[in-house]
Amino acid sequence: MRSANTAKNLSHRCALWTSLAALLILFLALTGLAGAEEPLRKARLMPLWSPQAQFAGYYMALDKGIYARHGIDMTILEGGPGRSAVRSLTSGEADFAVLWLATALQQHDTGLKLVNLAQIIQRSSLLLIARKASGIARPEDLQGKKVSLWDGELSLPVLAFLDMYRLRVQRIPQSYTVNLFLRGGIDATSAMWYNEYHTILNTGIDPDELQVFALHEHGVTFPEDGLYTLEHAYRGDPAFARVVARASLEGWRYAFAHPEETLTVVLDRMRRAGVPASRAHQRWMLERMRDLTRMDSGTLTDDDAGRLHPSAYLDAAAILRDHGVIREIPDHTTFTGGDDARR
Amino acid sequence: MRAGRSIARTFTLVVSVCTTLIFTAAIGYSYHRSRVALEKEVATNVANLVQGSIHRVETTLRAIAKATEGVARALETGHPANRSLHALLKATLLDNGEIHGFGAAFDPDPVLDPPVPTVPYFFRRDGRLIFAPEDSYEYLGQDWYQIPKELGALAWSEPYLDRASGGTLMTSCSVPIFVGTGEERKVRGVVMADVSLEGLTDLVESIRVLRTGYSVLLSRNGTFLTHPDRDLVMNETIFGLAESLDRPELRDLGKKMVRGGSEFLAYTTIGGVSSRMYYAPVPSTGWTLVVIFPEAELYADVHSLTLVVTVIALAGILLLTGAVHGIARAVTAPLGALATATEEIAAGNFDAGLPPVGTRDEVGQLTLAFAAMTSALRDYIRDLTETTAAKERIQSELKVATDIQASLLPRLFPAFPDRPEFDIFATMDPAKEVGGDFYDFFFVNPTNLCFLVADVADKGVPAALYMMVAKTLLKAEGQRLGEPDQILACVNTILAADNDSCMFTTVFCAILDTESGEVRFANAGHNRPVLISDSTARLLPVRTGFVLGPMADVVYTTERMMLRPGDVLFLYTDGITEATNRTDELYGEKRLLKALQTVADMELVEMLAAIRAEVVRHADGAPQSDDVTMIAIKYRGMPNADR
Repeated sequence: MRSANTAKNLSHRCALWTSLAALLILFLALTGLAGAEEPLRKARLMPLWSPQAQFAGYYMALDKGIYARHGIDMTILEGGPGRSAVRSLTSGEADFAVLWLATALQQHDTGLKLVNLAQIIQRSSLLLIARKASGIARPEDLQGKKVSLWDGELSLPVLAFLDMYRLRVQRIPQSYTVNLFLRGGIDATSAMWYNEYHTILNTGIDPDELQVFALHEHGVTFPEDGLYTLEHAYRGDPAFARVVARASLEGWRYAFAHPEETLTVVLDRMRRAGVPASRAHQRWMLERMRDLTRMDSGTLTDDDAGRLHPSAYLDAAAILRDHGVIREIPDHTTFTGGDDARR
Repeated sequence: MRAGRSIARTFTLVVSVCTTLIFTAAIGYSYHRSRVALEKEVATNVANLVQGSIHRVETTLRAIAKATEGVARALETGHPANRSLHALLKATLLDNGEIHGFGAAFDPDPVLDPPVPTVPYFFRRDGRLIFAPEDSYEYLGQDWYQIPKELGALAWSEPYLDRASGGTLMTSCSVPIFVGTGEERKVRGVVMADVSLEGLTDLVESIRVLRTGYSVLLSRNGTFLTHPDRDLVMNETIFGLAESLDRPELRDLGKKMVRGGSEFLAYTTIGGVSSRMYYAPVPSTGWTLVVIFPEAELYADVHSLTLVVTVIALAGILLLTGAVHGIARAVTAPLGALATATEEIAAGNFDAGLPPVGTRDEVGQLTLAFAAMTSALRDYIRDLTETTAAKERIQSELKVATDIQASLLPRLFPAFPDRPEFDIFATMDPAKEVGGDFYDFFFVNPTNLCFLVADVADKGVPAALYMMVAKTLLKAEGQRLGEPDQILACVNTILAADNDSCMFTTVFCAILDTESGEVRFANAGHNRPVLISDSTARLLPVRTGFVLGPMADVVYTTERMMLRPGDVLFLYTDGITEATNRTDELYGEKRLLKALQTVADMELVEMLAAIRAEVVRHADGAPQSDDVTMIAIKYRGMPNADR
């Protein structure tokens, strides 16, 4: 009987151990799963300006969950007049910002080291627009005329253009509108191809009534919008910054592939921000962004899109140096994140 | 009945089709004219409405512009201290309730302290004036400052949404402040009045044309300042809309609008509704006021009026068609009944009833006339039937009489086959069923043959009856007396005795002595006989004598002549010589003699047939007017005389 009892006890003990082992495995499995699901990492992005299709890629990356898929809990801040993207970086309000290359280089020169994570607009979108009726047909005709220019570094490509033709013009500060030009207060206005040019067309002026000088056609191929972060922040976690850049570029590709959906998202953001929202205008802007990012170009690989090309970088930096904006040209590799870039 | 229906149907069809055409033309023309007139009237009304609204807006805008100008001009004379500038701005703002905020800005000047002066700005809030100075120099690049400065003239800014006042639609009236004169004159600063457009947009939105018409206000740049679709307001320009909708004509329209045009035109809305549009500019600001209203509403009254008129016209046409059809049926139904009855009457049923006469119109008269005609026809047919029956009876009796008369005359030839010394042949063709002519021949004794030809005056039954008497008497007396003069005298006496009807007859009576060839004859007014001897025919010279019958106790004379063997004596009645052709030309004795001469050698039967044929040929189809009787006797001589 005793041996029987022992056997009975043994079998009991076995069952207990087996149960415990099973529970342990279950526990491990559960904790293992939980460990694989890392928490999303918060990030904030400050665009250069009020919501519009100029930033469609970032909005779509957020809206379509591309940032989340890359482990980013992204917040896109609202830009606009009086809300400097550079200041948002220095104040710590934003982790990432959309900046002009010229701005980034100028800041770099003043000691605020920035890293270019992605170059969105690959060439200058700046135009100088005059009315054909005013008799301006060639750049030389602008000599001594009233020309409106934006403040600061936004005027640099235009100044480079004017220098190229040795033109001295009456500089008129340019506001956020083109009304002064439309009323005939000035002879020529600065304009973004994707924005003000279309605004002028949509006040009832036909393209053939306008004389347009596209700066990039006159050798001023000045890359514009890029995605930047502070260098010290970048050094802290380069991989994360790269992930944000990759996700942003993916957002851009999605935006160009789904223009109408993108426009709806952009217009919704614009309305919430209380800025005039014209679908026709945003459609134009999105289409021009596609041209300017060269993401639709068959000759460039996706890898090329989103990259700051050294030659364009050097050309632009040389213009800035020649105008005394910067003293020396930062090394391209360092400026774009160093050796660990593009991994 | 089919003909009757056809007339009614044709009549109804013609009347209804014509009426429909007339109504269609009249309604169509009226509709067209009404549309044109209405469109003209509405165009005028809408233009007045829009111009009126624009006038109200303009009055307000001009007042604001004037106040702002006033301040600008005041600031040009001398350099006001901050305190007096503030007082001036405040006072102006207080005096002009339409102005929301008021300020003045100056170009930076090193002479000034500070070089970039603070911009004094007052605005209303809850009935109080708030002082909100602007100390940044951003205004230098803003439209409200730049545009009047660069243009050197008053300017109304593009309307904008003012966040400070909670998204109110605002516009600014800016007037440049000048310094210096002539060449030296330049802009030193700008006086600016902010104006809320709430009242204006309310005014524009209150403009309603017809039921669902609406108004739209466009800025100088073509931006929608008001629109029933709120999404468009301050977001879209008319050109952006044209681009989105891919409607180039809308862009062209927008161009005309922002260039200060004014027009009344047909327009299809975004929703595809055919509409009318009127637009006109607000001169001060370069805005455009547009009024749009659906075409359907414009013409709604005309449509409903036309519909009612059409329904009335249709009902009228139906009623008219019914009435016309009824009348046509009423007229043609008795005609149809009359036609049916007439068909039956035509088939011989005179007892067929005619439709009852209900009215005294033409159809009634026609029915009465038909009734009278039927009655007359019935009587006539009855008379005709009776007459025909009587005539048939007479005809049959006459036929019998003809037979009897024919049977009275000797018709069997050769009459005396056992008497070779002479041939005799005779024919009689009466002009009517019974004739008045007759001939006869008989032996008085074995050697004396009496032959005669007679012609009773008149023809037909009375003549025949008289002939019967005369013939019977002549034969009876001839056989008794045996001498021509006595026979005629005796018969004349008997006939004349009871001759109440004064009838008479001519007779040529002759007796041939068959042995000697001597002929004794007497004439009672008859034609002279022809003697054919040696192939020569000549009339015998005989006394005429008086006809038998009218008068008693007439004396006749017997004459004598000799027939040689071969001679022929030809007797006839005036039916031969007085036979006429179509030109009433008599056959005459001359022709007879000539004809007889040519047939002189023929047998008697052929001779008479030839003469008869000759006479028929002469008549040439003219009807036979008298009995034609011929008798010929040919003497051959006694056979034993040669021995």
